[in-house]
Amino acid sequence: MSNYLYILWIPLLPLATFVILGLFGRKYLSGIAGILGTASLLTSTILSFVAAKQYFFVDGKVNGIFQKIVALKYTWLEFSPNVSIDLGIIVDPISVMMLVVVTSVSLMVHVFSLGYMKGEERFATYYAFLSLFTFSMLGLILSANIFQVYMFWELVGVSSFLLISYYFNKPSAVAASKKAFIVTRFADLGFLIGILILGFYGGTLDIGLLIERFTSIHSTQFLSITSASFLGASMLTWGLTLVFIGGAGKSAMFPLHIWLPDAMEGPTPVSALIHAATMVVAGVYLVARLFPVFSMDETALTIVTYVGASSALFAAVIACTQTDIKRVLAYSTMSQIGYMMFALGISKNGGENGLGYMASMFHLFTHAFFKSLLFLGAGSVIHMVHSNEMKDMGGLRKLMPVTHVAFLIACLAIAGIPPFAGFFSKEEILTAAFHENKIVYGIALFTAALTSFYMFRLYFNIFWSKEATVAAHAHDAHTSHDDHSDHGEGPWVMKLPLIILAACAVGVGFVPFSQLVTSDGAALETHVDVVFSIAPVVLSVLAILLAASFYKNKNEKSDKVASAFGGFYTAAYKKFYVDEVYIFITKKIIFPFIGQPIAWADRNIVDGFMLLLAKTTAKISESIKGLQSGKVQNYALYFFGGVAVLSILFIYIWK
Amino acid sequence: MNLTLLILLPLLTAVLILLAKGLQQIRVIGLTGAVAQLGLAGWLLKSFLAERAAGNNAAHLFESNQTWFKALNINYHIGIDGISLAMILLTSVIVVAGILVSWTMDKLSKEYFFLLVLLSMGAYGFFISLDLFTLFFFLEVAVIPKFLLIGIWGSGDKTKSAMKLALMLMAGSALVMVGLFGVYYNTHTFDIVQITQQGIPVGVQKFFFPFAFVGFGIFAALFPFHTWVPDGHASAPTAASMFLAGISMKLGGYGCLRIASLMPDAAHAYSWIIILLATIAIIYGAFATMMQTDLKYINAYSSISHCGFVILGIGMLNKTSINGAVIQMVSHGLMTALFFAAIGMIYSRTHTRIVAQLGGLLKAMPFISTVFVIAGLCSLGLPGFSGFVAEMTVFMGSWQNPDGAYRLATILSGASIVVTAVYILRATGRAIMGPISDEHALLADATWNEKLAAVLLIVGILIIGLAPFLINHLIMPSTDAIMAQMEKVNLLK
Repeated sequence: MSNYLYILWIPLLPLATFVILGLFGRKYLSGIAGILGTASLLTSTILSFVAAKQYFFVDGKVNGIFQKIVALKYTWLEFSPNVSIDLGIIVDPISVMMLVVVTSVSLMVHVFSLGYMKGEERFATYYAFLSLFTFSMLGLILSANIFQVYMFWELVGVSSFLLISYYFNKPSAVAASKKAFIVTRFADLGFLIGILILGFYGGTLDIGLLIERFTSIHSTQFLSITSASFLGASMLTWGLTLVFIGGAGKSAMFPLHIWLPDAMEGPTPVSALIHAATMVVAGVYLVARLFPVFSMDETALTIVTYVGASSALFAAVIACTQTDIKRVLAYSTMSQIGYMMFALGISKNGGENGLGYMASMFHLFTHAFFKSLLFLGAGSVIHMVHSNEMKDMGGLRKLMPVTHVAFLIACLAIAGIPPFAGFFSKEEILTAAFHENKIVYGIALFTAALTSFYMFRLYFNIFWSKEATVAAHAHDAHTSHDDHSDHGEGPWVMKLPLIILAACAVGVGFVPFSQLVTSDGAALETHVDVVFSIAPVVLSVLAILLAASFYKNKNEKSDKVASAFGGFYTAAYKKFYVDEVYIFITKKIIFPFIGQPIAWADRNIVDGFMLLLAKTTAKISESIKGLQSGKVQNYALYFFGGVAVLSILFIYIWK
Repeated sequence: MNLTLLILLPLLTAVLILLAKGLQQIRVIGLTGAVAQLGLAGWLLKSFLAERAAGNNAAHLFESNQTWFKALNINYHIGIDGISLAMILLTSVIVVAGILVSWTMDKLSKEYFFLLVLLSMGAYGFFISLDLFTLFFFLEVAVIPKFLLIGIWGSGDKTKSAMKLALMLMAGSALVMVGLFGVYYNTHTFDIVQITQQGIPVGVQKFFFPFAFVGFGIFAALFPFHTWVPDGHASAPTAASMFLAGISMKLGGYGCLRIASLMPDAAHAYSWIIILLATIAIIYGAFATMMQTDLKYINAYSSISHCGFVILGIGMLNKTSINGAVIQMVSHGLMTALFFAAIGMIYSRTHTRIVAQLGGLLKAMPFISTVFVIAGLCSLGLPGFSGFVAEMTVFMGSWQNPDGAYRLATILSGASIVVTAVYILRATGRAIMGPISDEHALLADATWNEKLAAVLLIVGILIIGLAPFLINHLIMPSTDAIMAQMEKVNLLK
């Protein structure tokens, strides 16, 4: 087994960047912060590709099976001799695949930001936070211990918080960052309790051991966790479902998705990195990481399936109605992650039936590229028109040729048009769904059509629709920007990532993914079935044509259709009022009925009781202090009185 | 290594402060003394680890035993284990930081610094005592300065707060005294080591345990005897708040732990009540914090919630949970001191602590704001900071108990991490972020002494947060010893 310890440098380099820029960036390194961050990440990216080449093509495979290699294990916090948090590095197909995805996308974002964030006052801080995020995300995917996952899970959460609130003097950005953190924190509570359950019955926190113990049906651990039950479900179901809740929070699954659209308050390159390609797929990654255990429990997998499928559909419907281009993309992300989730949910572990797992990872892989491209393209557009709203855009194809072509490629990719990347991965998901669950297949197909529709609604509204008018009002987050780049597309550092990612959006579909990443490590034979592909592709094309007829030239058709849908359209536009439900629960229930009564009771009842004790003491002493008057006559009186009473008692009563 | 140095050094510093003239001399002496304490504590750590490495596995190291009052069998018996050493290190760090943030205290500065140093002496004496009477003696030494610090240098309704704090803590001391004397009259000794060996009759344990535990519990903000915490902290001057939260409340937690290990049968019998009260404190404290509007009240109420974890860890009575309780004591001490330091810095510049009157401070004072955010992130249990290590250890320990009600207590306590996130982010979002008002826009950032104090505390937080195996290595053998002792006594009965 060869040495993969050098992988340690991949997360450590961004960490070093964070520490250096965090401590000295603001004062001394403001000028070179971007270059420094990008250079260090470039090194990480190269190392990731080296690791991927070594693992996938040199020595990762033993006897036709890709091995799980633990390259490092260090006991970080010992709870008891068997149970400890170990910091480790796991090398297996999904972690290596994620290494490539995270470093590549992050590198593109680093480069893009050199142009996009140029001239920002807190430029060094921005790169410090970006590095912190990259470090945390890399630590998360390399985790070999479930508690290590949780730690980095929290760290990506806080990096996301810091980056969303980057424009910290904007109240809406601050509110969005709080919301993102608190909602995911709530979900993380589930994750934590899930870890406690799995760790308790498994007797370890090591993922490898947990999988080993919970997948052999005769192990004492498996027997104890399946025989213990609570409210009619086994502890295995509880543990896995709670872990999944954590994953659903990070991956913005319904109904924990409400933070994601608001998170678009952050700088757009951040959205491309965190809220499109990397952090939001952490939930999918988590389920995939524990997939052998999930595959032992039907109930948990069913929950994963339906949460994924309903999120996919729900988000796609909302995406058709939104007018803020970043929000459309946010809902699109949610919808695509729903795809990945249900693909895992319908999968089995190992062999042919593990197609869903492979498809999910494949879609995660391709989606990362075309979705970050969409976001960076949107960033490029926003950078130019200084607005997020579709109404301020239109006809930009002539002003921004590179962005236009790149964006078009990404839209075709997400719409699943061959031969773009999304086609291949989506086909695999649809195939798996078709074989396993017809209801889910139906939802998936419909969602695919909706996806094509809203993506091209977006595309035509930005690049066609009307003649170009560059709105100059600074509506977007991007307020503090110089206006030197108001004309044209921005510098080459912003165009280059678009070009590279566009090339990926075309090319990555041809990666022989089923040979590399599968549920059991063995290669899986898949082929594109032309007959099967006809339905989804034709549906997509029709949806695109529909979008073209509505939005290519400005007309009234879309408004008419919207009004035909009536209340449903309004409900979708208002995001089905989920936010309102949350606000109602927090503002109208928790604050007035839990928080305030407790705060009041503490001051008035608990403290009041203590005061009462003090006052009573004072009163008693007040009333008896007369006894100690210092007057000898009184003392004599008490003395003789006492003697008299005692005498009577002794003589007549206690005789 | 003579542990008495830990008492003599603050005493010497205090005497020199009385002889000094002018603020400059006083604060230099104070700081020198505090740094010397820190050095001494560091040296103690080094010698302790060297002894352990050399194979000295005695429960207490550096023991010394002198007769103090023969007739009543009171001895000056001192010695430390890993847990007391962790507390001593914590105290020495807080003292340096507290002196640094008081650098410009020009009102009755001699008395102020004198009292701070005196308080630290009481704490050291408390942590090294192996004799219950000596322990009680030093506990009292540490109470009086607090009353004066709040009553004279405080703000707001300081007289009332000082009275409330002093009376409640005195009541706590009285209960402790009843408990300790009860033990004494049944074992005829105050010596902790001796009592542990011979054991206490179960009936006596059951009767006197509540007195001693609740007595110390009052110091550690045990629900419902926590009401001195918000007022006391809010009225106290910055350094006194830091000392209160960082040192005094730890006297209580440490006392509770020692009492539980002295009377294991009673501790087991009453553990459900302890856990119940701790869980209430955690949840109730968190929700009460959410509704506060004053930064100091926010931090004080959150202390009630965080100290609940100490009590919870002790009440769960297993090795992991008790380890967690000890780490939480250290972590909470550092973190709360840092929080109060940051709040003090903000208040001294803006002259308000009301969250709604602040905003966007990050723009004017990036250093102070960063300190505030770090303290906040530590408070909400972010990995990398000490709070995470402490809380997770308590959770892991608590979960070991398979009883359904205990599980529920763990889950409810766990739920507090969400509420904590809410109140920390609300305060941060309003005070540190958002738009800044014109009058605050030109305020100056931290001075050298404030920076030094903050950095010192942050380094402590990071050492625990990034390398928890270090503190574990220090305290785990001692918790092991305590657990072994507690189980042995159980077998005897």
